[in-house]
Amino acid sequence: METILNILFSGVFNASTLFLVAAGLQVVFGVQKVFNLACGSFYALGAYVGITVVKGVVAGGLPTPLFIVPLIAAGLLLGLIGPIFERGLIKFVYDRDETFQLLLTFAIVMMIEDVIKFVWGTSPQTMGGIDLVYGQLTVLGATIPVYNLIVIVCSLVIAGLIGYILFNTRFGKIIRATADKREMSEALGIHMTWVYVKVFTLGTILGTLGGALVIPAGAAVSEMGVELIVLAFAVVVIGGLGSMKGAFVGALAVGVLKSIAISTFPELEMLTIYIIVIVVLVIKPQGLFGGGRV
Amino acid sequence: MRTWREITSLRKFRILVLAVAGFFLLGLPFWASQFVSYLMLTFFAYAITVIGFNLLFGYTGLLSFGHALFMAVGAYTAAFLTSKFSVLYMEIILVAAVIVSSILAAVIGAICVRYIKIYFAMLTLAFGMLFYTFLLKFYYLTGGDEGMRVLRPYLLGFNLSDIPKMQFLTGSYYLYTLVVLAILAFLMWKIVSSPFGLCLRAIRDNPEKAEYLGVSVRKYRWYAFVISGAYAAIGGALLAPAIGQVDPGLTYWTHSGTLVFMTLLGGFENFFGPLIGGVVYIFLQDKVMSLTAYWRFIFGGILAFIVVVAPGGIAGVISSLAKRSKC
Repeated sequence: METILNILFSGVFNASTLFLVAAGLQVVFGVQKVFNLACGSFYALGAYVGITVVKGVVAGGLPTPLFIVPLIAAGLLLGLIGPIFERGLIKFVYDRDETFQLLLTFAIVMMIEDVIKFVWGTSPQTMGGIDLVYGQLTVLGATIPVYNLIVIVCSLVIAGLIGYILFNTRFGKIIRATADKREMSEALGIHMTWVYVKVFTLGTILGTLGGALVIPAGAAVSEMGVELIVLAFAVVVIGGLGSMKGAFVGALAVGVLKSIAISTFPELEMLTIYIIVIVVLVIKPQGLFGGGRV
Repeated sequence: MRTWREITSLRKFRILVLAVAGFFLLGLPFWASQFVSYLMLTFFAYAITVIGFNLLFGYTGLLSFGHALFMAVGAYTAAFLTSKFSVLYMEIILVAAVIVSSILAAVIGAICVRYIKIYFAMLTLAFGMLFYTFLLKFYYLTGGDEGMRVLRPYLLGFNLSDIPKMQFLTGSYYLYTLVVLAILAFLMWKIVSSPFGLCLRAIRDNPEKAEYLGVSVRKYRWYAFVISGAYAAIGGALLAPAIGQVDPGLTYWTHSGTLVFMTLLGGFENFFGPLIGGVVYIFLQDKVMSLTAYWRFIFGGILAFIVVVAPGGIAGVISSLAKRSKC
């Protein structure tokens, strides 16, 4: 019983950060139709900046249990690099073939990876187990770090917030309208440039925040962005490109599956995920919740 | 007096240029340093891969983001045959690589070509990563992330194991690879200028119309996929003895990205574009890596520049300059 609970819990924890990155991927793909490979790199940047900021403020005398406040602030603020990439590079390829869009984001992946190596070096970085300050809970024999619980709650809150924005605000309506029919929305007087900047920034923030939140419980390595984007890719394929509900369900599926595989058949960890991805793509290429035509 | 443009469009002139390039490459090991020859050797292996890749990307309009998979299949075929089965004849290795990769490409292709654009790219990426995790996790078979050693093969039945390593690679193996590249490039030229090649281009430009005109779009895409998979495997099999050790990184998705990068750098609209891209990529990478450890940053910048400013690549820039100088 306790192993099952442990597996489930670590799966949900994986899923919570995966969801954030995948949601960032989805919102940009939904509106701009650009499959942003750089989402994983934003996640890595968030993790590294998070470590530096937290180490800085803790050394500066902030009580340790409060470290999560500057951490989240760092994740949110770092999202402001989004407009730089959007205005500086991505905006030139909106009317181009998907191939070029994909390659441009691949170029960003290459650049960010080296920026990380340049600033933080190649050795893994950690916060030195700072997350343990919140202690652990024991539920039915299973040990659960409280910090991980906080991350899961944060992720759920963000998921709820995205849902609220999409369906209950003017901005959300604009996003949905643009995702559906860009020309028509433009003809109705929506300023596309601003929508694109905002949406891309939102996508970036989801990535950087995800990275910042996950890192106290792990270690940052320079390849983490490249590795995560492949997982996020699996999530959006299973859930369906451009669908928020899909990102949620897909992240849960991949996260839990990953932790089940790790504890039962470690060799088959990623193999199972890719096999599921391929099966989903073959049977239902638009994903479980994707509405778009292929 | 003929204008420059007329001269360059002559068939004889083109053959002359190719012949000069051919002799230049043949003679390279005699006057260039061993290191330059070695870089050229890796270029030849990549060249075979990217001209195959471009049949799919440039001529058929399908972007595969997992094409390094077939390169790895070729390389691991060479590793398995030489170090596990003691089969050292290069010709047998090449044939085996073609057979294995064709079977694999036939199966994967049959699934992938049902989709186009981003879905095709994603599906190929997923297959590439599937193979990557297979190589990584089944270490008792594949050596895991350590990879496998590749023994020196016999060329045309000759056992050349007495020659020092670099001398072998930049001497007989260099020539061998160059000849294979020349044959395969000629074959590809025949393929793209045949009615089959024209059908592929018709499919790229307007699949509905091609289907309407009686071209079986899906089947032709599948053919292109299998051919380009086989080319990549030959490239991989030739690369393996040159690097001496194969590892799963060969099929990681960023390596597939490298193949796309080379093709785009040279220009996917031109038959020789990927070759130009390959040679520029390999030598530029070597140069930049010797200057800074952060070569990916510079290459990312170059890729972004090409995508935004010059999507035709080097070949595209040259041909547009040539047109401008005419007016």
